[in-house]
Amino acid sequence: MSTVTPGETAPRGDELTPVSARSLADLLAADERPARPGPFAASMAFGWRAMLKIKHVPEQLFDVTVLPVMLVLMFTHLFGGALAGSPREYIQYLLPGVMVMSVVMTTMYTGIAINNDIDKGVFDRFRTLPVWRPATVVGYLLGDVLRYSIASVVMLTAGLVIGFRPDGGAVGVVAGILLLIVFAFSFSWIGTMFGLLVRDEKTVMGASMTVIFPSNFLSDIFVDPATMPGWLRTLVDHNPITHVASAVRGLMDGHWPGAEVAWTLGWSAALVAVFGSLTVRLYNRK
Amino acid sequence: MADRPGVGAPPAGPAIEAVGLVKTFGADRAVDGVDLTVQAGTVYGVLGPNGAGKTTTVKMLATLLRPDGGQARIFGHDVVREADTVRGLVSLTGQYASLDEDLTGLENLVLLGRLTGLSKRSARERAGRMLEAFALVDAAGRQVKNYSGGMRRRLDIAASLLNTPALLFLDEPTTGLDPRSRNQVWDIVRAIVDLGTTVLLTTQYLDEADRLASRIAVIDKGRVIAEGTKGELKASVGSGSVHLRLRDPGQRAEAERVLALHLAAEVQLDVDPVALTARVGDAGGDRGAAERASRVLAELARRGITVDTFSLGQPSLDEVFLALTDRRAGAGGAPADVKEGAPA
Ligand SMILES: Nc1ncnc2c1ncn2[C@@H]1O[C@H](COP(=O)(O)OP(=O)(O)O)[C@@H](O)[C@H]1O
Ligand SMILES: [Mg+2]
Repeated sequence: MSTVTPGETAPRGDELTPVSARSLADLLAADERPARPGPFAASMAFGWRAMLKIKHVPEQLFDVTVLPVMLVLMFTHLFGGALAGSPREYIQYLLPGVMVMSVVMTTMYTGIAINNDIDKGVFDRFRTLPVWRPATVVGYLLGDVLRYSIASVVMLTAGLVIGFRPDGGAVGVVAGILLLIVFAFSFSWIGTMFGLLVRDEKTVMGASMTVIFPSNFLSDIFVDPATMPGWLRTLVDHNPITHVASAVRGLMDGHWPGAEVAWTLGWSAALVAVFGSLTVRLYNRK
Repeated sequence: MADRPGVGAPPAGPAIEAVGLVKTFGADRAVDGVDLTVQAGTVYGVLGPNGAGKTTTVKMLATLLRPDGGQARIFGHDVVREADTVRGLVSLTGQYASLDEDLTGLENLVLLGRLTGLSKRSARERAGRMLEAFALVDAAGRQVKNYSGGMRRRLDIAASLLNTPALLFLDEPTTGLDPRSRNQVWDIVRAIVDLGTTVLLTTQYLDEADRLASRIAVIDKGRVIAEGTKGELKASVGSGSVHLRLRDPGQRAEAERVLALHLAAEVQLDVDPVALTARVGDAGGDRGAAERASRVLAELARRGITVDTFSLGQPSLDEVFLALTDRRAGAGGAPADVKEGAPA
């Protein structure tokens, strides 16, 4: 507690003054003038914030733990018998795709988190700091990378339990997950743009779902496009999610899907270039 | 950062110089040509009712909103062209606490410390001392969402001081606080100013501006309708009033006649059946007012009217504010030039 010393503002009635003017003076007089943090340091600080939020609000991990496991079990048993003869066979095809779907769905939360920050006013405080401006968003995405990793590992574990046997071994699986995380990081910028663009959280969710839902289902996640009618097949083949799912599936399956990996990385770069710069522009304009 | 004005040594020249600031939202001119000059090392009050444009003005000065017209300089740096430099000099404590509710008080301060360039360890150390100075040590480990309004406000101000700003904006720092927390915030503001930091404070409370600010701008509907020191503002509506309490309510009618006769002013009968209030009139300045008041007292005594308490006060800023807004409504919005009527 602060103590009242002569020279400080006199206490009113029986209460002590809450600020100790003397210690405040010491603090403000300290001639410690650190250099402004660079873009990397600022992003890391915001990344630390994202970790703390996960620590304090662990409920938010529901959508990267319980939900993905549900999806794996549900789709495997729902479609397994009809599409591949048995759930056990189907999961060899399905699991990498469901991982892609769950992780891509999670990207929505980045936009929601940013929208919340704007609402709560903490965003304004960050914007009056003389730091590299995209750092706030990059920090969130760093926290999200952790969430994507958790989701991937949880689903992989669930898959292994019910019979997923990747021929690519540990190397293939890790490579697949890394590629997925790179893509999800890039895809998240769509959510951040919505987070800055629209007024409230529900709209962010709606807008994100409008992008995420069709792009997941109009892909090769559930069925081989070879079974689809021509026009649909063209659409599915050009969907970036198809490239990602094929690449991840290929890596986990033990062969090197060079073209699909290249498409995935190309799409990732394009998403960052377009939605990253839109996000930064919106951020500066807010 | 050699050009950074430090604490304790306010740089020469004004901290804020704004000329003709305009911000429109659609057809609504939220800020409609505001001029402000704030000298370094002072507390400047921006006083105005809800919706007057205070927050919008502050946001433009703190680089959060881009002005649609006019310009503003903070310690000589343009808020649009040199926004980054300005951000290194100012801090803003917004009208609503701008903290991360999920994080603890300590974590909020450590985060902001790191963002001003401190290492994790020095950020932690500085945050700890800041919490101590603001008597928040006990709450350091609690999430901000569990803080009371007063604690939140204190943490918010602490967060704004982490980067040792040369200019601090406090947007309605006590709105919604209980009287005790309000007093605490006032103490904090005084402590900050004693250390040389310039403060621009917005408020809806005349009382608050009266206690803290040395100069005040009164704004209404996006325009500055009066500006000056407290004394100048008060002088602009004329001198003060006498307030009397009689022993016998039965004598009030007679006392009213005496006051009306000697002060040539309208006498107001208060709700309290023994109390009356009247303007003293401003001829002859303060001394003239005192003379007239004492003549009234003598006359009352001569007539055998017993006065229990008597006070002669300057007009309150409340009266000033009402007078200014009335005058403006009548005069079609011409700013009141309060300096003319000011005593030398
Ligand atoms: N973002 C905004 N969009 C539209 N109108 C706004 C916005 N911010 C403020 N206003 C309007 O501008 C006017 C001034 O608001 P504000 O600066 O918040 O006043 P004060 O802080 O004095 O209460 C009000 O009429 C308010 O409705
Ligand atoms: Mg306001």
